[in-house]
Amino acid sequence: MTELSIQLINLFASILLLLAFAMLAQRRVINLVHIYAMQGLTVVSATSIVAFVTHQEHLYYSAVMTLALKVFLIPLVLHRLIKRLDIRWDVETLINIPSMMLVGIVLVIFSFNLSLPISKLSTSVTPGTLGIALACVLLSFMMMITRSKALPQVIGFLSMENALVFAATSATYGMPMVVELGIALDVLVGVFILGVFMFQIREQFESLDISHLENLKEE
Amino acid sequence: MNPLVLVFAAPLLGSLVLAVMGHKPHGRNVNVAFSFGTLLAALFLTIKIVAEGPLFAFNSQFFIDSLNIFLVTLTAFIGFTTSVFSRPYMRIEEDRGKMTHSRMRLYFSMYQLFSFCMLLALTTNNMGILWVAMEAATLTTVLLVSVYRTPASLEAAWKYFILCGVGIAQALMGTILLYMASQKVIAPGLNPLLWTNLNASKSILNPTIMSLAFVFLLVGYGTKVGLAPLHNWLPDAHAEGPTPISAVLSGLLLNVALYAVIRCKILTDGALNNNFAGNLMIGFGLLSVLVGAFSLLRQRDIKRMFSYSSIEHMGIMTFAFGMGGPIANFAGLLHMTVHALSKSAVFFAVGHAAQKAKSQMMDDIRGLIKVSPTVGWGLMMGTLAILGMPPFGIFASEFLILTSAMHQLPWSAPILLLGLAVAFGAIFSRVQPMVFGETNVKPLPHSPALLPVFLHLGLALMLGLYIPNYLNQWFLQAVAIIGG
Repeated sequence: MTELSIQLINLFASILLLLAFAMLAQRRVINLVHIYAMQGLTVVSATSIVAFVTHQEHLYYSAVMTLALKVFLIPLVLHRLIKRLDIRWDVETLINIPSMMLVGIVLVIFSFNLSLPISKLSTSVTPGTLGIALACVLLSFMMMITRSKALPQVIGFLSMENALVFAATSATYGMPMVVELGIALDVLVGVFILGVFMFQIREQFESLDISHLENLKEE
Repeated sequence: MNPLVLVFAAPLLGSLVLAVMGHKPHGRNVNVAFSFGTLLAALFLTIKIVAEGPLFAFNSQFFIDSLNIFLVTLTAFIGFTTSVFSRPYMRIEEDRGKMTHSRMRLYFSMYQLFSFCMLLALTTNNMGILWVAMEAATLTTVLLVSVYRTPASLEAAWKYFILCGVGIAQALMGTILLYMASQKVIAPGLNPLLWTNLNASKSILNPTIMSLAFVFLLVGYGTKVGLAPLHNWLPDAHAEGPTPISAVLSGLLLNVALYAVIRCKILTDGALNNNFAGNLMIGFGLLSVLVGAFSLLRQRDIKRMFSYSSIEHMGIMTFAFGMGGPIANFAGLLHMTVHALSKSAVFFAVGHAAQKAKSQMMDDIRGLIKVSPTVGWGLMMGTLAILGMPPFGIFASEFLILTSAMHQLPWSAPILLLGLAVAFGAIFSRVQPMVFGETNVKPLPHSPALLPVFLHLGLALMLGLYIPNYLNQWFLQAVAIIGG
């Protein structure tokens, strides 16, 4: 393996982290989908480089699958969903973006600290990336908590899954193929189910604002 | 032919067939038939395992030992009895216009697919496939919870999906870390994600990675177990979906998720040589007991009330397995079995009671004993069973858990007792007027399926009085696998 490829993987890891922050602060729904597609592309690039360096054949398949699913198919589905729900120009009011960024930075520091002892043990090409992957998971989690609209929540969920795929690739050279296929299938089916749900939620609640979904409570 | 193939083929084929003809009048009978087929295949498999010992299948991708075979049998059995209960229940729902033809197809098809996912999760040897099966089970049950398409059911399903989706994502992170730990130590050529390979070399797995992995796995699968503070999805999903689904969620899904946690705990214990995993489980378990018990006090919806009781019971089991030791593990397994039987029996009775009163609000359900004594008695007996009254099985398991808690962790016994006492007061005081109060509701148009209720309660009663020798042996073997 070359110094260059390690640098490249680190570069992609940092792009992924940057995109996670960008997502956190993005108000327009349509741009969230674009960022999600970019995330997918970053994961594909990182996977291909790891595959090239380590000669793990199944990682090429994994990269192709990620490309087809997360760069083309799922963003396409999301675009159609946005079109049919007519929420293309939706802008979400996010309160206090600077403080959200600060909390995000704290999360990054926390995940770096958490993964430090493990990164030292890692035999993989790029030990530092596990911390970044963990940070991306937590940032997506935070995005899901702070959003009140249905679609941004789903995109947060999907971006969390992206971060996990990246973690698998960089820390372990990818899960076995059968597991990756299963994960991809689950995510795909999940997106379709959530898409159907969104239509029904809007039909029933006349809004896609999840804050309306607060009727089920104790007395 | 390998009986395992049949165990998978029956529900998978069932889901395909019922996706086409589930709306026909005899669709519900076909559903029962396929569930019965699954049960027969599972019994066949059980006999084989009992006679020949642990079984590997399909290139070691599947592994069946005493620990999971008893859950396979339980899953197939409750899957079958619930399908029997579904027959009249869903028919009445259809008559009342809550279910359309396409929804009936979806319901039956997803019911079978859900059984398949549970059985896959239980029998797989691959920790990655375990994750995939758990996630797939979430997807099928999300569709089942939202099947009425009411605002409340959509809200419940959305919450369920998002919360469990996030939770199970943490479990995937844990699985990745587990894979990372095992890649370092497992001999080349062996699959590092197979549980049996991991178990064989668990003592040399890296302790730092394993402890972090277990935290992620416990949070992830613990969300599905319904452990506090990750339990918010559970009452909604139980209350808003069809009652047969509440029965299988409480009786099966929670057990399977706990099974996943136990498998992970075995590996972590081997790697760490301390009680780190157990202590975490004790903490989450006790918190769930208290949160579950005290939330019971505020309930007005009968299905929500019994779902909080599930949280409390899952907390007790998690506590027992966390404490470890032969007696506590034995009691935990027994509690898993009798809780699954009793809670699904309670939900069957509750389903018919709520259908009679056309409401799930406890204030609207009154005097069951006068309208239909069998439903009334079923609910009363089921409630007594779930509250741990002797001679039902839960009494035996709770007694064992409490006594071993007094030996091993004396400080925890008062907390458990408090939880049990609060739960008793809350549930009994509400069920009593529902069964014995004054009423003016009318009987149901189709006779309710009460055989499953009394079959389950009979088994729970038997397990309280007498555990057959082969079952005892079976539990003891499973206890030996859990160790700790």
